[in-house]
Amino acid sequence: MTRPQPPLLAVRNLQTFFPTRHGTFRAVDDVSFTLERGRTLAIVGESGSGKSVTARSILQIVDHPGRIEGGAIELAREDGTVTDLAKLDPRGREIRAIRGKEIAMIFQEPMSSLSPVHRVGDQIGEAVRLHRKVTRREERDRVLELLRQVEIPDPETAIDRYTFEFSGGMRQRVMIAMALACDPRVLIADEPTTALDVTTQAEILDLIRRLQDSHGMAVIFITHDMGVVAEIADEVLVMFRGKVRESGPVDAIFHAPQDGYTRDLIGSVVKLEQKAGARVRPALPPADQPPLLKVENMSLTFGNGKTAVDDVSLTLREGETLGIVGESGSGKTTMGRCLLRIYDPQQGRAEFRRADGRVEDVLSAGRHGLKSIRREMRMIFQDPVGSLSPRKTVGEIIAEPLKLAGIRGRACEEEVCHLMEQVGLPPAWRERYPHAFSGGQRQRIGIARAISVKPRLIIADEATSALDVSLRSQMLDLMMKLQDEMGLSYIFISHDMSVIRYMCDRVAVMYRGRIVETGETGQVIGAPQAPYTRALLSAIPNPDPRNPRLRARFRHVPEAALA
Amino acid sequence: MLPFLARRLLYAVPTLFAVSVIAFVIIQLPPGDYLTTLMADWAAQGGAVESGMVEAMRERYGLDQPIYVQYFKWMSGILLQGDFGMSFEYGRPVSELIWSRLGFSFLLAFLTLLFAWAIAVPIGILSAVRQYSVADYIATFIAFVFLALPNFVLALGMMYVMSAYFGQSVGGLFSAEYVDAPWSLARLWDFLKHVWLPVFAIGTGSLAALIRIMRANLLDELRKPYVTTARAKGLDEFRLLMRYPVRIALNPLISALGWILPAAVSMEILVSVVMSLPTTGPLLLRALLAQDMYLAGSLILLISVLTIIGTLISDILLALTDPRIRLQ
Repeated sequence: MTRPQPPLLAVRNLQTFFPTRHGTFRAVDDVSFTLERGRTLAIVGESGSGKSVTARSILQIVDHPGRIEGGAIELAREDGTVTDLAKLDPRGREIRAIRGKEIAMIFQEPMSSLSPVHRVGDQIGEAVRLHRKVTRREERDRVLELLRQVEIPDPETAIDRYTFEFSGGMRQRVMIAMALACDPRVLIADEPTTALDVTTQAEILDLIRRLQDSHGMAVIFITHDMGVVAEIADEVLVMFRGKVRESGPVDAIFHAPQDGYTRDLIGSVVKLEQKAGARVRPALPPADQPPLLKVENMSLTFGNGKTAVDDVSLTLREGETLGIVGESGSGKTTMGRCLLRIYDPQQGRAEFRRADGRVEDVLSAGRHGLKSIRREMRMIFQDPVGSLSPRKTVGEIIAEPLKLAGIRGRACEEEVCHLMEQVGLPPAWRERYPHAFSGGQRQRIGIARAISVKPRLIIADEATSALDVSLRSQMLDLMMKLQDEMGLSYIFISHDMSVIRYMCDRVAVMYRGRIVETGETGQVIGAPQAPYTRALLSAIPNPDPRNPRLRARFRHVPEAALA
Repeated sequence: MLPFLARRLLYAVPTLFAVSVIAFVIIQLPPGDYLTTLMADWAAQGGAVESGMVEAMRERYGLDQPIYVQYFKWMSGILLQGDFGMSFEYGRPVSELIWSRLGFSFLLAFLTLLFAWAIAVPIGILSAVRQYSVADYIATFIAFVFLALPNFVLALGMMYVMSAYFGQSVGGLFSAEYVDAPWSLARLWDFLKHVWLPVFAIGTGSLAALIRIMRANLLDELRKPYVTTARAKGLDEFRLLMRYPVRIALNPLISALGWILPAAVSMEILVSVVMSLPTTGPLLLRALLAQDMYLAGSLILLISVLTIIGTLISDILLALTDPRIRLQ
């Protein structure tokens, strides 16, 4: 009778701590899991949950000053022995022989995770060179083979190029090629698709799955995206603040979660899978009333000759939420900025109906006119850190537009308190600085600032993209509440279809500067007309492991997109 | 790369013209001319000067002609015959004066650079890799001391110590008996015995700055994700350090190499004066003080031209070391 084979990788009671000035930060605290050959384990959690540190602990590449304090990381070697990686010297020869050879890793930011001054072939080749005795010729052949495996077009040319000459998706392929260089038995993927568009993400997930099948690798996939988990995982480990909250087969996690946190996490994702529940809304004005905003044939070409916005026309009714969806580079952000005249489009009109019924063209408004239009038309930005001045208190930040509008003294103070209550922040916090707030709270401050002068239209540019899922739906609910209270209209720019579906009445799909489809949200999502919309929709991971969407994906390959 | 070079060279032409005009204007800026200075000197020595004699001299040197004629004469001489004019002060052709000193200037600048780099880069690396360690604090402290200490004070102090306690001849680049001797092993040895002092005195200032720049650059790079990627490949720490972050952190330093050219000419005038080095620095100072127009103008022009060439070299070096620049 043969002994049962030990699991490929067994992590037992792993503890990785970061000593800080205020004591020890337990980034990973008593985490255990096993990984079987050829299987995919997804480690999920929100930012700060310790999932990334767990992955890095396995290879002992935790950033300074973090260190493994306890536990074991047992790797079953090919010769049948078991090595405890946690016991190895992080700078020693033994762990280096495992890194890249038996366990390889890919990272989130494909741009900054590759050297900008070394050729692609050189960086991939290095991984080969380090672990195998090869001649220059053999190394090059191996790199070319790898580039072919990850489906990079024209490997002979690509091998001598630099990373910044590639798109994000192609760079991630280079990373994967590098990880596969020595046919590792374990691949650790740390948020490999988070920085990518959904369609690119679908391609990369597809690629990882196929390579896993052909190479028989086990994969540890770290992500915060439950949709991705449902699409690819066999087993799931849910982490929260350094601890494992729940682990088990993917189906059980999604359909019978035991832990309260897991239930909330799944709940907030599933909630975003449908339209927001019934809400009491003031009735939209009749369809024959003139629209709030009517954009006609707006075009913007940048100085470098790139047309970012190409003949865009759209209308927005009073009290309506219009979603603009598209991938990075589709021109959706530029379009939003054109409407506020942060950029000056060369062509077109944008007729904005003022509160008193006058219709003004935003695009040709003079300095004075623009200033008064901007009081009724505000913007919320994506980055809740960068868009708030770190040197002003939250009260001052929110008061700023009020002061510009001439409200001062006690009235201003009272208004700030009222605004903070409206967005769900205790008014007593107004003396604090932005750094004392979490990401979600900062975004609330941004919203409070935007609504302070009682605008009628808010352009929200990826307002929820930087937030964790559980915060995302809260933020959307808040924005809808404000819409109902204040009769706001939104133009909601997002790359995230689920956010659009949850929030928007109508949606316009942008692709390469053009609007390829507009319609009622339900209609566009249920029966998309444009091929691009269909591709976009089918690339969105479905957070239900029983019904994966990506396997039956519709690929839209425009003529010029193969480069 | 070639079109880039050609374009840059073409751009340099109008810049050079502008620079020559500015150099000329600068020489003309102080009130009076060389003769005024000469008169003042004579008067100070108690000599009486006839006004007719001044007029005669003015005519002889072309100082009575319109400004643009003077400029044209000056430039055409330089461009067509390599004639930079005569130095009033020294009574010798300017070109002769400059060339005899330029060699030492460049040699000294080059040695100083080597010295500063050879010490600053490793210390900067150490200080970044072991940030906040004892070694880092010591390096930082010494760097700031040298940064704060004026070089000429350091030079004076060193000269005093060397001559008072070690009895070595200081000042200049040679002992008296070798100044005009032909090159020989003995003269080379004598040169080496002298040159380390100015190299040290001049080099420490840039040394300190270089350590800090190298440290800051490397600290930025060490935190970049590509370092973790390389580590995850199984690269050992030293090769990893040299191959990725150090390589990239050096880029800004490499691109500053071109500045050695103009710096060589005007470098550390004070130290050169204090140590009586046969370099161009003291020559420039003297020429400016004496309103020795052709000499001062030629030196300023030389510095400007070398600045333009140095910038061009910097651009080329940067393009060679950083593909992001090259392919833009």
